[in-house]
Amino acid sequence: MTRRRDRITEALWAYAFLAPLALGLGVFYLWPVLQTAYFSFTEWGAFGGHEWSGTANYVRLLHDPEVGRALTNTISYTALGLVSIPLAIVFAALLNRRMRGVGVYRTLFFLPVVTMPVAVAMVWRWLYNGDYGLINYLLSLVGIGGPNWIADPGTALFALVVIGVWSSLGYNLIIFLAGMQAIPADYYEAAALDGAGPVRQFARITLPLLSPTAFFVSVISVIGSLQLFDLVFVIAGSGASARANPAYPRLQTVVALFYDRAFVTNERGYAAAIVMVLLLIIAALTLVQFRLQRRWVHYA
Amino acid sequence: MLLHTVLIAASLAMVAPFLWQLVTSLKTLSEATAVPPTLLPSGRWQNYGRVFDLLPFGAQFGNTVIVALARTAGQVLLCSMAAYAFARLRFPGRKVLFGVLLSVLMVPPQLFIIPQYQIMSALGWLNTLQALIVPGLFSAFGVFLLRQFFLGLPMELEEAARLDGAGPVRIYWSIMLPLARPGLLALAVLVLLWSWNDLFWPLVVNSDPDTMPLSAGLASLQGQFQTDYPVLMAGSLLASLPVIAVFIVLQRQFIQGIAQTGIKG
Repeated sequence: MTRRRDRITEALWAYAFLAPLALGLGVFYLWPVLQTAYFSFTEWGAFGGHEWSGTANYVRLLHDPEVGRALTNTISYTALGLVSIPLAIVFAALLNRRMRGVGVYRTLFFLPVVTMPVAVAMVWRWLYNGDYGLINYLLSLVGIGGPNWIADPGTALFALVVIGVWSSLGYNLIIFLAGMQAIPADYYEAAALDGAGPVRQFARITLPLLSPTAFFVSVISVIGSLQLFDLVFVIAGSGASARANPAYPRLQTVVALFYDRAFVTNERGYAAAIVMVLLLIIAALTLVQFRLQRRWVHYA
Repeated sequence: MLLHTVLIAASLAMVAPFLWQLVTSLKTLSEATAVPPTLLPSGRWQNYGRVFDLLPFGAQFGNTVIVALARTAGQVLLCSMAAYAFARLRFPGRKVLFGVLLSVLMVPPQLFIIPQYQIMSALGWLNTLQALIVPGLFSAFGVFLLRQFFLGLPMELEEAARLDGAGPVRIYWSIMLPLARPGLLALAVLVLLWSWNDLFWPLVVNSDPDTMPLSAGLASLQGQFQTDYPVLMAGSLLASLPVIAVFIVLQRQFIQGIAQTGIKG
């Protein structure tokens, strides 16, 4: 009898502990997802009212060249940004040893990760400046006339990728370092006894045992890159001023387009449809990665 | 030797943008636009004063601090309570509720924004600090992180306390929380960082410069004064420096938090 009463008391306590958070998550997160899904099937009037419009937003989206461009840019940015992973593995391997100054290097690589993206974007905008930027000055020393990186449709997306890799390298490096430190030292000792050099050890021990970490990092990076917004907002602006930049068609991302439609032109139903598509793409790419992992990820 | 050369070159590439930012922030406009560039600035500290003229920088700094601290305190308290229930208490619906929590964790945050904006607008909270704080008090991620942490803690102390007649509140407060300090600190530094740097949400709810955080204020400067680079560099340095300082002090917690969870904002 008391057993049963104890169990009821425990459950009541559990609900009490959960209640504040559950209420907040319900109101501000769970219900909004359902509402956004519903909004994607509605048309919004100028004064905030909205009415059912069936699949009209999705049909419009299929024929909207801006959506096509935003998707192309976002996916190219995401794919090119993956170069951060091999780079991070190499630097993590270089830093995964006892030597002086490891802490300092780690700190320096990590600084961009904690720096406000708005500030990062401003600094790079200045570095990329066509007339007075440091990058073009350095290029001019070796006789190259650099373009106006972020206003040139040919280089804008590439310039964005460089900023993205620069700011995420330290983050990926930390995760790989943690992964490497989890590999037992006797594996390397045994390999060394068998005469394997550092390169062979890296290829035969480190890389395979690190593949679950690499898989994890790639899933997280893809999800993050697909949501790129801050850099584009600061580098290119939004609304009318952004459209003045000839490279904007190469810079606009899905989330930047979402911001524009939801809060600049106030087409919230259409904006909701755009983020629903983003949700589907994220889910699909994550699923593909989980499927592909069987081919290259080794679980010890 | 080769190793150090590679590492020094790479870390130079990581730091160079910051150094150039600092150098430019101390230049006059004509020094900044000189070709070839001047390496040593004339020390124009007035650029930093200009940031305060162009923006209500003090107010925005205060907003950023208040919002970051409130969100951090709220998430650490509310998420640790929920995480304790998930990790240690038995109740009907535990699996289902945890599944719901995980599904919220996987949804990209843009899907919350339009309805959240409508709630803020209906409450009359646009252009207030509560708008920046309240939705950020709750997080599925925080519960997930702390639940993992609680699951890794030993049970002995709790069992001893239970035999002594301690209830769930005492166990949560005087045993779990002190034992989980590293986990709480890891969550706190991550929330602090995300809150400080977040741009999208403040942009949506607060258009009045006096209620903006630094991220949105700085972004607005970009639009109006896009060519005055020394002032922009001074402003961006001032806005990002506090978190960089916190990072340098709490480096171990930051890195542990990230290495354990692997999730970034």
